Amino acid sequence: MALTEAEVYEKVKSVIVEQLGVSEEEVTMDASYTEDLGADSLDTVELVMALEEEFGTEIADEEAEKLTTVRKTVEHILKQS
Amino acid sequence: MNLKNKTAIVTGASRGIGLEIAKKLASYGANIVCVATNQERCTQTAEELEKTYNVTCIGIQTDVANQESVQALVDKTIEKFGAIDILVNNAGITRDNLLLRMKPEDWDAVIETNLKSVFLTTKYAIKHMLKNRSGKIINIASVVGVIGNAGQANYAASKAGIIGFTKSITKEFGGKGITANVVAPGFIETDMIQSLPKEYLDNIISQIPLKRLGKAEEVANTVAFLASDLSNYITGEVIAVDGGIQL
Repeated sequence: MALTEAEVYEKVKSVIVEQLGVSEEEVTMDASYTEDLGADSLDTVELVMALEEEFGTEIADEEAEKLTTVRKTVEHILKQS
Repeated sequence: MNLKNKTAIVTGASRGIGLEIAKKLASYGANIVCVATNQERCTQTAEELEKTYNVTCIGIQTDVANQESVQALVDKTIEKFGAIDILVNNAGITRDNLLLRMKPEDWDAVIETNLKSVFLTTKYAIKHMLKNRSGKIINIASVVGVIGNAGQANYAASKAGIIGFTKSITKEFGGKGITANVVAPGFIETDMIQSLPKEYLDNIISQIPLKRLGKAEEVANTVAFLASDLSNYITGEVIAVDGGIQL
């Protein structure tokens, strides 16, 4: 069964908290990885790798580059599943 | 120095400098993944290391210039050991000739086996080092990558390429607990040297301050140091093991 948006958001949030070492409250839908969550370019690549593992999916590099915010990431994963 | 429970991938481990590196790391307790182009030799080397040093070793035949082959190597290593702590990129070939006689195939073969291989193994292994926030990458270049050598434009270019590559990944991954260094051997007693004419070698030796060829084990000692905790604040460095030939 496909995951709901809320479920995807929760999972994405926990991956972000783990990978970037930020608190849950900081991870809002509109948070930007580099501007709000302090990620550098390598952090975002690692984050995408962790998301791929969590959701058992592959995110192409061209797509990954566009996933700059939590919302874009959640929407992308929903579209794929 | 202690490498107990560390897992090291060593490419070109079935002979020459690579074999000595594998032995040395195993002697300090590391589990070794022996990589070579010949499965029989891989397995044989792994078995000998296990017996002699009481560590766990596997031999994995790999075409280090081939993406799928390298991916499989890394996957199998993770499956068996769960981590990659040390990566030693040692595999290398020569196709010596004067530039005017050097065929494009000679160029490509050397660049692919010596340099593209380093890109591939590092790319796939470093993912796992990142997860652990720790890792030691040691790339074996050559003194000729620093000072050049007539008849070895392809080999020297591949080895100089390794130095630039290593310095770049040092900057990319330094913040993640991963170090990368280069060991640049001079003229070392191995099969690779054996093909050189005697007069040529004698001439070389006369130019080496220590007045002798190096031993593969002397290169391996430096690699072991760089693989250990003793070298934790050293990264992006090119360490020559060459009897002073660059002076």
